[in-house]
Amino acid sequence: MVKKVTKKKVAPKKVAAKKPTKKVVAKKTAKKISPDAQAIESLVEIIRVTSTIIPNDVDRAIRKARGEEVSNTSASYAMDIMCDNIELAKTKSQPLCQDTGTVIFYIYHPPGFHQTPFIKLIHKAVTQSTKLGYLRQNSVDSLTGENAGTNLGAGHPSIHFVEHEKKELVVKLMLKGGGCENVSAQYSLPETTLGAGRDLAGVRKVILDAVVKAQGKGCGPGVLGVCVGGDRADSHAHAKRQLFRKLGERSKIKELAELEVEITETCNKLGIGPMGFGGKTTILDCLIDHRNRVPASFIVSVSYMCWAFRRQGATLDTKSFKLNKWLY
Amino acid sequence: MIELNYPFSQEAVRKLKVGDMVLITGKLFTGRDAVHKYLHEGNPSPVNLKNQIIYHCGPVVMKEKNGYKVTAAGPTTSIREEPYQWQVMRDHGIVGVIGKGGMGAKTLEACKEYGAVYFHAIGGAAQVLAEKITSVSNVYLEELGSPEAIWELNVEKFPVVVTMDSHGNSLHKDVEESSKANLKDLL
Repeated sequence: MVKKVTKKKVAPKKVAAKKPTKKVVAKKTAKKISPDAQAIESLVEIIRVTSTIIPNDVDRAIRKARGEEVSNTSASYAMDIMCDNIELAKTKSQPLCQDTGTVIFYIYHPPGFHQTPFIKLIHKAVTQSTKLGYLRQNSVDSLTGENAGTNLGAGHPSIHFVEHEKKELVVKLMLKGGGCENVSAQYSLPETTLGAGRDLAGVRKVILDAVVKAQGKGCGPGVLGVCVGGDRADSHAHAKRQLFRKLGERSKIKELAELEVEITETCNKLGIGPMGFGGKTTILDCLIDHRNRVPASFIVSVSYMCWAFRRQGATLDTKSFKLNKWLY
Repeated sequence: MIELNYPFSQEAVRKLKVGDMVLITGKLFTGRDAVHKYLHEGNPSPVNLKNQIIYHCGPVVMKEKNGYKVTAAGPTTSIREEPYQWQVMRDHGIVGVIGKGGMGAKTLEACKEYGAVYFHAIGGAAQVLAEKITSVSNVYLEELGSPEAIWELNVEKFPVVVTMDSHGNSLHKDVEESSKANLKDLL
């Protein structure tokens, strides 16, 4: 379901791009702004919304999970605080989580779109969002430990371009925190210690192993993005891309759809619970897809996403770069 | 709900048990990966940590006219400090650590030996927790970068759960063991 921009609940500040009908864009000039300036404004707004407002599908899943925990337990206490945090972040227009994560953009564009200038605009928007506090100073030189404070650097932000046949521009953004990234996992089957062979039964075993190893360290209840097959690099990237699917959106492949449901049910019998406190809900959903593999490899990748699930997306006009519709 | 107020003491934290929900009022010092490595390497702490609580946190801090304001401040994963934490407890006399995800056997042993507890804050709850920070008194080791610096924070009713106490109990150890046993049955 795609909603109109104006339907989205708005936070008290920096709402210009979210209220296109009120003509409050560019307070000082009150005139048309250049497409480049508009692009930066739209991108900053996408970053702000991603960092501060939990997507509706995740919000529903979290509230459902809260209802299932037994009251007066550490687990229900944790879920209460999560729900309070969701409200507070939206109201104050401040980050849901202080770890504003790896900034991962997927840009879907029509043929003929110029990528290089748009990369520069993304960089400006990221720098501005860091100054505004929507992003933490979160990019560190892996060799020197230096933090330039801009969120720009080797590989940061992560930007992927995909050509599509539509006229509009689609900008998807994920802010993936370090805690959940650290508990994400990759397996090469057969995995003898787990008795996991090269079939879906083996895939199931390694996914469950990853969840047990993660315990509460990935800020559960989390969501699993899984890729069966592919090489090590694309397998993990594709696992992560599954997290752009809405929760509850089942795989079109019957066997994978069944596995998604079964994994979620089984994980929720492990007793790890919210934040690893013990309890009913260990994961909110599991989203699986597959890639072909070479005969010698059978890679399975599990990308763990925390409950503070930051992903959003919007369609933009290709010429004016004005925000049209939110995707989640 | 138990209230733990500043100044903290070994005696007060020795009374806490796994499962206790605690509201902390007083002072916290943030310290995460770089700070723990720095102290582990034998460098002197820029601030006296005796009877203090270290918070595993890299906050979002905005510079304002009259100082600093913390706008997001949830816990980071504690297990990365497992190689260092016991030593920081021994050498610096801290009485508590706040983080998320729990810590391992070395830290649990150090909690028992030196009189400290592990408090679990709710990961990802950066706004609820930042609301409890009333002011920032100081910042040390800022050269490590904002998230890695030691921020001296004043807090009021900061909500945490004791998940490792000074009597050898760990909720994390228990949940890990039971979930592994459950997994065996489910495989």
